[in-house]
Amino acid sequence: MAGTALRGRLSWRVATVTAVVDETPRVRSLQLDIPDWPGHLAGQHVDVRLATEDGYRAERPYSIASAPGEAPVITVERLEHGEVSPYLTEDVRPGDAFEIRGPIGGYFLWRPDDGGPLFLAAGGSGVAPMRAILRHRRHSMSKVKARLLYSSRTVEDIIYRAELAGEEVVHTLTRAQPPGWTGYTRRVDAGVLREVAWPADEQPLAFVCGPTSFVESVAGDLVALGYAPGRIKTERFGATGGR
Amino acid sequence: MEALDGNAIAGVLYQVFGGEMTTAQAECGGCRTRGPLAECKVYLGGPGLVVRCRLCHNIGIVLVEVRGMMCVDVGGLSDVELPAWRW
Amino acid sequence: MKRETDTGLVSRGFRGRRRSASADPARVPPGQSVTRDFPVLSAGPTPHTPLDQWTFSIENGGVLRTWMWEEFRALPSEPVTADIHCVTRWSKLDTNWQGVSVDTLLAEVDHHADYVLVLCDGGYTTNLPIDDVTGGKAWVVHTYEGEPLDHEHGGPARLLVPHLYFWKSAKWVRGLRLLDEDEPGFWETYGYHMYGDPWREQRYAGD
Repeated sequence: MAGTALRGRLSWRVATVTAVVDETPRVRSLQLDIPDWPGHLAGQHVDVRLATEDGYRAERPYSIASAPGEAPVITVERLEHGEVSPYLTEDVRPGDAFEIRGPIGGYFLWRPDDGGPLFLAAGGSGVAPMRAILRHRRHSMSKVKARLLYSSRTVEDIIYRAELAGEEVVHTLTRAQPPGWTGYTRRVDAGVLREVAWPADEQPLAFVCGPTSFVESVAGDLVALGYAPGRIKTERFGATGGR
Repeated sequence: MEALDGNAIAGVLYQVFGGEMTTAQAECGGCRTRGPLAECKVYLGGPGLVVRCRLCHNIGIVLVEVRGMMCVDVGGLSDVELPAWRW
Repeated sequence: MKRETDTGLVSRGFRGRRRSASADPARVPPGQSVTRDFPVLSAGPTPHTPLDQWTFSIENGGVLRTWMWEEFRALPSEPVTADIHCVTRWSKLDTNWQGVSVDTLLAEVDHHADYVLVLCDGGYTTNLPIDDVTGGKAWVVHTYEGEPLDHEHGGPARLLVPHLYFWKSAKWVRGLRLLDEDEPGFWETYGYHMYGDPWREQRYAGD
């Protein structure tokens, strides 16, 4: 079943929105019903395509934020000058439909057999595939230890806040912190990683996802800490043509 | 606008090559560095998509959609090792 | 080449980039929609040539004339208000620039060329007939909306040729190569139209 995610016809299908969840003031999750959905692997994404009546189309990739076996969910952050994200986060209602292609991706994936220990580093909406990975790890009763380091601007910007409140998750709030906050208050740097990431000699498997500058900085620091470059998977998110 | 990476065009690459390509090992025609397409720098939004070497910025792949047809030029790569597509 | 299939689905209420509803249709070429945004589209990393290393040259095999940044900025500069049309379907009306007319630059060299190849930092090129960069139709611009042109949008200087699709208005321009015959530039080599008239919707070769 999962094999169809790596080879075979990848055509556009119709996805219908069955539920929307406003995760934060700028971020919304959309649960989708996709007929003949073959299932997905943790870390994969879908391409979403919107079409106007006069034939104009816009396409964007979004990570699947749900675990294998769950209905596909995408989490979209509204970009200020975005073309697609304002529509998905403000206009879309349950019952609406758009085209989807996927699941896609053979690189940024975690399967239980891949082992660990797992170190996940996410910036902003880069946390979406991490939720899929963490849920999959739980559902598959994996014994692999895992830690998520998650950078957000403020507490209100933490996506999946209730779900990511456990001891496996270390937050940093870079712009403002609530009263009594004892966690990190700065952007992820080598010092934070030295304290939070699993030691390199444990041969961790690292996943880094978020804005390009976040990913490049964190991946570079992990290599400097001794992580094997081949055991660091990166996925960069960002605007695809607007400003 | 910062570059993304090969993950962002995984769907397009799948469509054009017929299978998962982000794990394909590409060799840069400029500096001969090898690495997965997922880790190449990708520039989007222009009239086409441009895939460049992370180290030397040499153009590896250009993809253009002309009247609904995807056209791809991989001339900038000196080698591409296709991943094992499992059924 | 591969044609992809689709479902024909239209997304309720999706209208694409934020549009300016009040645009005069006579100013909007076919297939375009007007936006207030100014999208940044690029084929490569943003160059950052320091001004003390920046030059603009006109060449035809050999260099005919070169200007350093101060010399270029000392040339007569004029305001330009133009509508711009990107082949990716957005148009932006009444954009305001300041720059040196290409006529002013070409006046300093002797030539009989029929075409130019525009040369830019990072290796980007685009081609144009000489008639389309002369007669007050093209500028090398250095100022956008009253501010020095920022790097992301092609600064310190870019070409502006508003009557053609905006990929011809090459960013990070460094010179013009005079040619007797038309030669495809970067996007033209990959299938975009050699001329690129938005009013005849000349997006791709063969249009």
